[in-house]
Amino acid sequence: MAAALPLAVLLLLLLGPVGGGHAEPPRDTLREELVITPLPSGDVAATFQFRTRWDSDLQREEGERITLEKDNCHLLVSHYRLFPKALGQLISKYSLRELHLSFTQGFWRTRYWGPPFLQAPSGAELWVWFQDTVTDVDKSWKELSNVLSGIFCASLNFIDSTNTVTPTASFKPLGLANGTDHSFLRYAVLPREVVCTENLTPWKKLLPCSSKAGLSVLLKADRLFHTSYHSQAVHIRPVCRNTRCTSISWELRQTLSVVYDAFVTGQGKKDWSLFRMFSRTLTEPCPLASESRVYVDITSYHQDNETLEVSPPPTTTYQDVTLGTLKTYAVYDLLDTAVINNSRNLNLQLKWKSPPATGALNRGLVFAEAPPVPFLYAQRYVSGYGLHNGELNTLLYNTHPYRAFPVLVLDTVPWYLRLYVHTLTITAKGKENKPTSRPPAVLLAPVGEPHIPTARLPLLSPSVLSALVPSVVAAKPVDWEESPLFKSLYPVSDSSSYFVRLYTEPLLVNLPTPDFSMPYNVICLTCTVVAVCYGSFYNLLTRTFHIEEPSTGGLAKWLANLIRRARGVPPL
Amino acid sequence: MVAAFSFSKGLTTLSGLLLLSFGSLAASQIEDQAEQFFRSGHTNNWAVLVCTSRFWFNYRHVANTLSVYRSVKRLGIPDSHIVLMLADDMACNPRNPKPATVFSHKNMELNVYGDDVEVDYRSYEVTVENFLRVLTGRIPPSTPRSKRLLSDDRSNILIYMTGHGGNGFLKFQDSEEITNIELADAFEQMWQKRRYNELLFIIDTCQGASMYERFYSPNIMALASSQVGEDSLSHQPDPAIGVHLMDRYTFYVLEFLEEINPASQTNMNDLFQVCPRSLCVSTPGHRTDLFQRDPKNVLITDFFGSVRKVEITTETISLQPDLEIMESRDKKDWMDEELMEPLQYAEQLPVAQIIHQKPKLKDWHPPGGFILGLWALIIMVFFKTYGIKHMKFIF
Repeated sequence: MAAALPLAVLLLLLLGPVGGGHAEPPRDTLREELVITPLPSGDVAATFQFRTRWDSDLQREEGERITLEKDNCHLLVSHYRLFPKALGQLISKYSLRELHLSFTQGFWRTRYWGPPFLQAPSGAELWVWFQDTVTDVDKSWKELSNVLSGIFCASLNFIDSTNTVTPTASFKPLGLANGTDHSFLRYAVLPREVVCTENLTPWKKLLPCSSKAGLSVLLKADRLFHTSYHSQAVHIRPVCRNTRCTSISWELRQTLSVVYDAFVTGQGKKDWSLFRMFSRTLTEPCPLASESRVYVDITSYHQDNETLEVSPPPTTTYQDVTLGTLKTYAVYDLLDTAVINNSRNLNLQLKWKSPPATGALNRGLVFAEAPPVPFLYAQRYVSGYGLHNGELNTLLYNTHPYRAFPVLVLDTVPWYLRLYVHTLTITAKGKENKPTSRPPAVLLAPVGEPHIPTARLPLLSPSVLSALVPSVVAAKPVDWEESPLFKSLYPVSDSSSYFVRLYTEPLLVNLPTPDFSMPYNVICLTCTVVAVCYGSFYNLLTRTFHIEEPSTGGLAKWLANLIRRARGVPPL
Repeated sequence: MVAAFSFSKGLTTLSGLLLLSFGSLAASQIEDQAEQFFRSGHTNNWAVLVCTSRFWFNYRHVANTLSVYRSVKRLGIPDSHIVLMLADDMACNPRNPKPATVFSHKNMELNVYGDDVEVDYRSYEVTVENFLRVLTGRIPPSTPRSKRLLSDDRSNILIYMTGHGGNGFLKFQDSEEITNIELADAFEQMWQKRRYNELLFIIDTCQGASMYERFYSPNIMALASSQVGEDSLSHQPDPAIGVHLMDRYTFYVLEFLEEINPASQTNMNDLFQVCPRSLCVSTPGHRTDLFQRDPKNVLITDFFGSVRKVEITTETISLQPDLEIMESRDKKDWMDEELMEPLQYAEQLPVAQIIHQKPKLKDWHPPGGFILGLWALIIMVFFKTYGIKHMKFIF
């Protein structure tokens, strides 16, 4: 106690003289958006995006650590304000360049709901680009998946060499890249992974306002999991800090997409409100956010006497080309005090003014209008009969009126499911063609070393399809990471097309199991053969015949004679 | 003489006073020591809560574990000190009519899953091996912190297990089991590695008392929901969910714990009385012979709550920003712009590379194998038929 005082004084002296207050501009920013899209089938899709950008170059400061002799130079990277410390330390410890992790429950029905903003495969997906300073990528990958399983309460520790692949064409870095050496990329999918509140809780805790203010107030688990589709993801990548792109900032994007089913949650009515979807309303923006907006998609719902009415009426609308089509959005800016002033809360309501004749809307999947068929969608199924042989079919549909576009397909199968690559046939327009050209048509790499297979049926991971789809409407080139969520999420140099990545459904394949009745069959057959063949020969060879005196009768004859004597009849 | 006498009198009174004060001081010190002897000497609390059953109809085991988790969190133990192992997912199970909820009371009164749950070991990760590794600390080095039991010799640990069990074993995941001898040996390893100060072991399975029969390490107190030869029964089914929601013993323990707050002085003897035979149908048992303190001096919050020793100090320390660091940082920023060339984003689908790829020219190799043999045969037949004299017309 007494020694602490001079120690404290010493500490003050070491820290240097007190200067004038040097107010530092904040080096990280948070932008949050919510996009509500009514889907043609009456369901409603809500997509949240929280972007935290941190203007700090972690690698440069790592390098500085070696050159500066100061003891407290590591303080440069230890001050975390909005960017979560757990993820910041991951980036520096494992020398990550990019990290993409998603947890999904359900399947996005592209045919009925249209193309999604972000798509993710069912289960858990993790793909990581490491820096080129990493010497043992596999070891870092294994440790990273274990650490992430602890952070997100998921079984990511089941990712090992048997389900990790290194895709050479389908995945390119989404952030700034200095050359793409694919040996630093690792990709794994766990299709069986369950997503529940325990995955949402740590995800919410990474947000700066953490379910207390702003849009994250709406993230209540009991409503978010009562949906047809739930997907949450974390994306970390380096981005340009300014238009000249001479320095790096780190961007953390946390996205959450849910689709509320009209017939399960909505009881058949197509009217939606924030309260009905999330059981909460928006009360105040997050004080740490520089932007906090809600967008409602109000395109193309003015046909067929059916209009969508949004209340309270929006102050501004925003039009832009999203995923190849021109869309109109109603914008509610939470930072604008006019939006939340009267009632102290914002409960957006979407009401349909439908004509009375279409009562059939509430029963079955009858659409008011045909759903917009997307330009690219895919299906996958298993065919064939018997357990020994089967076929894996992937169907790709291109419904663009006049353009063709190249598609890359990535399929991950476990090692114990043997695919014969020479039987791969590609059928287009009814004509079959075998791929004769060598890579990049087929790039096959073995997945992992054999190990004792588990007793579960293999769930094949979803196929990944990547395609550059030419859009019908040309988009104006815009600084794409400044714009909101639904502007293209992938960097494309040609603004007349947009890049889309689709996932198919996971497949359950029945593998042949050994016939467990074989030991019984073998015993029966062997015993029969031995008894019939060998037994007959043995008898033939060793049986001899003797003549035997017949027996005189014994006890029965003596008893019978006794009775006959009693009767007076002559004995036998 | 008088002065000497008065001096000696003064001395004796002085010495008497001193002796008296020393005596009273000693007495109060002994009193303090006696009190401290009966108070537990732990400084932190841990909880390991395990549910070992799979499948939808074992919903009640998950609800049991989650209700203990909820009580323990409410009484102060943080998530970082709780290792929660659930062998199957009930809340987001497709058969659950209310997703993301696990109820313990019928008519859906109490959702024990809540909004803030962190499960450390999920579904197939709950195995006997992982459980024993958590207890003994022999974990692979890449295991994250939330999956470790980082207790020391001043930790009080609560271990709660539930599932299906029998005489001397507990079933894990429908495919393996842990015996009471393995469990006792694991606790002995923990004692020898000084991984606990005191341990409270609660088990809610059929014939649960058989699991604590073999313990031999000191400072362990054990409770079970039924004796050997008896079955533990479930409490009440819910018609909307369609399964039994809780087991009886844990249901009444939960009701008992709901009345405890972090400051309460209820002791272990009250916990032993929870769920008599009339309510539980089975006879709950307990074992305290290995425990050094008297159960009536052990507070419930010694195991279910969390110890926080807070010392308030009036000293203030002010932290000054280091100007030198900030100056160097600003300089570095300015230097950034000069050094690096503009960076670019990678092209996602390099279409030009894919479409305009020229077919690779194959190198010419001389024919081999079958073709060579065929041509050799043809040439041989020709010359045999027409004679060798035609060679000169060819070469």
